[in-house]
Amino acid sequence: MDEEGSRRRFLKSVGALSAALPAAAAAQHAGHASAKSEKYMFLAPAEVTFLDAAVARLIPADELGPGAKEAGVTYFIDQQLFGGYGVMAKMYRQGPHAEGTPQQGYQSPLTPQEVYRAAIAEINAGCAKQYGKSYDQLAAAQQDEVLRALEEGKFPLEAVPARFFFNMLLENTIEGFFSDPIYGGNRGKIGWKLVGFPGVAAVYTHLVEKHGVPYDALPVSIADILEGKAALDEHGHPKHVLLVRKD
Amino acid sequence: MATKLKPVDAVVVGVGLSGSILAKELAEAGLHVVGLERGRWRDTDPDFAMPHAHDELRYVKRHELMQDLSRETITFRNNTNETALPMRSLGSFRPGEGVGGAAVHWGGLTWRFLPWDFETRSRTLARYGSDHWPAECTSQDWGVTYDELEPHFDRFEYLYGVSGKAGNIKGKIIPGGNPYEGPRAREYPNPALKTAYAGALFKEAAEKLGYKPFPTPSAANSQPYTNEYGATINGCVYCGYCQFFGCEMGAKASPQTAVLPNLMKQSRFELRTRANVVKVNLDSAKKRAVSVTYIDSRGREFEQPADLVLLTSYVFNNVRLMLLSGIGKPYDPAANSGVVGRNYAYQTPSGVTLFFEDKVFNQFMAAGGLGMTIDEFNGDNFDHAWLGFIGGGFFQAATSGSRPIEVRPVPRGTPRWGAEWKHAVAKYFNRSFPITIQGACQSYRTNYLDLDPAYRDAYGLPLLRMTFDRHENEHKMSVWITNKAAEIGKAIGPSKMTVSPRTEKYTIVPYQSTHNTGGAAMGAEPATSAVNKYLQSWDVPNVFVVGASAFPQNGGYNPTGTVGALTFHALQAIKTRYVKRPGPLA
Ligand SMILES: Cc1cc2nc3c(=O)[nH]c(=O)nc-3n(C[C@H](O)[C@H](O)[C@H](O)COP(=O)(O)OP(=O)(O)OC[C@H]3O[C@@H](n4cnc5c(N)ncnc54)[C@H](O)[C@@H]3O)c2cc1C
Repeated sequence: MDEEGSRRRFLKSVGALSAALPAAAAAQHAGHASAKSEKYMFLAPAEVTFLDAAVARLIPADELGPGAKEAGVTYFIDQQLFGGYGVMAKMYRQGPHAEGTPQQGYQSPLTPQEVYRAAIAEINAGCAKQYGKSYDQLAAAQQDEVLRALEEGKFPLEAVPARFFFNMLLENTIEGFFSDPIYGGNRGKIGWKLVGFPGVAAVYTHLVEKHGVPYDALPVSIADILEGKAALDEHGHPKHVLLVRKD
Repeated sequence: MATKLKPVDAVVVGVGLSGSILAKELAEAGLHVVGLERGRWRDTDPDFAMPHAHDELRYVKRHELMQDLSRETITFRNNTNETALPMRSLGSFRPGEGVGGAAVHWGGLTWRFLPWDFETRSRTLARYGSDHWPAECTSQDWGVTYDELEPHFDRFEYLYGVSGKAGNIKGKIIPGGNPYEGPRAREYPNPALKTAYAGALFKEAAEKLGYKPFPTPSAANSQPYTNEYGATINGCVYCGYCQFFGCEMGAKASPQTAVLPNLMKQSRFELRTRANVVKVNLDSAKKRAVSVTYIDSRGREFEQPADLVLLTSYVFNNVRLMLLSGIGKPYDPAANSGVVGRNYAYQTPSGVTLFFEDKVFNQFMAAGGLGMTIDEFNGDNFDHAWLGFIGGGFFQAATSGSRPIEVRPVPRGTPRWGAEWKHAVAKYFNRSFPITIQGACQSYRTNYLDLDPAYRDAYGLPLLRMTFDRHENEHKMSVWITNKAAEIGKAIGPSKMTVSPRTEKYTIVPYQSTHNTGGAAMGAEPATSAVNKYLQSWDVPNVFVVGASAFPQNGGYNPTGTVGALTFHALQAIKTRYVKRPGPLA
């Protein structure tokens, strides 16, 4: 049995869902996946620096635990920009282009790749002008100020409306914080642990009517299953390992 | 250029929910049927297999199972003073692409519209008088009544193994079910799903307020079930990856689980995937369809002659193919004449979110249609005399799957990012649940579909243009009924509650529902409907246009139960009458 320090918990399998899996659980638990395989495909070093700083303000590390930077969100964004999302693979790209109304949604001729490239450069240039420093060099409060100005459309950008970039960045940050770690973010399942989301679902048939009973499962990722780190039922659902309070 | 193929009896354009049923039934009835589906073949194994099936980013945010907009989208504007612009990314609604259509990734709530819904206009005028009718409203009677459709609702529910609790069997009110529903012939084929905590609290509060809560009818089967086609649908395991996802268990009824196992064995049926239909070809008098033209994945063009053409390509393509092919007169909003594209409507969703300090809900243990509902404020189930609007919607404490990229409610006033946001998300992810309202939406002279003058698809053909906004009737309705839902919410005793009626301009950006309706509306009069009560084109009687495109306006429910009923209703007329004596049925 694995003591979990201050929270005084130990691992125990879910009785209803069959045998305990200490080995698998330990393997899964050890999996604060390292950053070793993170080789950037799209972002330039200065862009990585910018995003590390920005996402750390959007979802900061605090007493609740690590934030977006620690979760690998910058790398997640890199991978997304390099892939189909970054080039609008499933989006309509034909012109003519016009800004349209807010109700008409995404109208930029730029792909997310191009949006990030252009906006980061503009923001760093704007910060240099206003504060004499690039974004990542600013104090946290100033970084927040810049983000807020972007959010409110008060930090003018040329390539796209500031709000447009801010919303894209925030959306991608949240995606990177909460998506399956297979995409490079949510490292160590930081996002899932923060909210208590178990990830790949188990069979819940016998649990759905246990009203109000906390379900503290060790989250399971797709990679855990592909790597054989989680025991499975015959349909391929993981058997979750529960963290049970000792007291 | 086009290669002309051997004639067949019937061609089905789009092999989704409606198309799969029609193809199966007509092939079995002896017709040689070709199904043309523009997407690819998909099945439970391997397409929805674990563990990849449980990937929120891929299915919810990157739209794995949904229409590829790079090839075709729609354009949108709120009103005719604006220039419509293309919907460049999926948002408000998310149509499917590939065998099974949107019924692969649907949520599975399977409703029957109310008897009132089919006679919206005449019953409103009879009860409240013409003063009560909303300005510019073109909602109308369907030309078919609930009673005529009842056997077809029944057939569809038994085909899809719907889990629920009857509230009215042949006029007898059954405790525990929906007392407002139209009379049904018998109980649901499967017992209702289990009750989640959110549903249990809602039920208790609603009962205290004198309402009659009942379990939401769902196509997530509550137990293994074998239907009349011999297909076995599995029992739901409440994994919570339902709407937007394919079901790894084969427990959510869909063409894949309920129909295709049988359809693909029909010797007179042939499926052609990656076959994008671009036109229905008419004879010179424009009175008869002679063939359809489609383009395959290698860009080759084929002409498939057929005696009967069934358009089952979802609302948008049903209407678009009619317009591209010259079937029926296009609607002209200025003159208020013509029918194709007329009466496009949508849904008016709203809701209340409840936050608690001391209760956890495990809303990730869920099914698409898992919920507890009341129907007191739907249709004309309540007196509208002093309210200044018509219509309503059902209220549901929904446990449809909380996955944190999209479903992480925070109380109103919480910042959108930063430490305070993070704290709120951490606290309330598992301490909140919604009461959702599927509000109705009437049709108006100003809301319609036509061909866009500027934007084109991958084949160079005009995109469909949507001109749509909700009217004052919908906003008033939404405010009033959402406040009613808030009363129930309050009675449950949350620490905080967010009440969100729908009053702003319609936007195509956030997801609302894939409940698009109309554009090829049915009715009793050719002047105000594109198809007759059997979904047969008034103008080209060997073309049937099947789907929610036939709804003259939208009710306060999800549409697919009614789409299924209309499918079987049309089918019966085709099988028993049309095939014997082709020609107009009404
Ligand atoms: C996310 C989501 C959730 C939903 N949840 C619910 C719910 O809970 N309850 C409910 O009642 N309804 C729900 N719906 C709606 C439901 O999915 C549809 O009502 C239903 O699938 C409609 O059936 P259909 O046969 O008209 O279209 P579909 O099932 O979508 O089939 C249409 C098919 O036609 C094909 N096609 C289109 N154009 C062409 C062409 N030109 N040539 C060849 N093929 C073509 C498409 O690829 C598709 O396969 C939901 C929909 C979505 C997207």
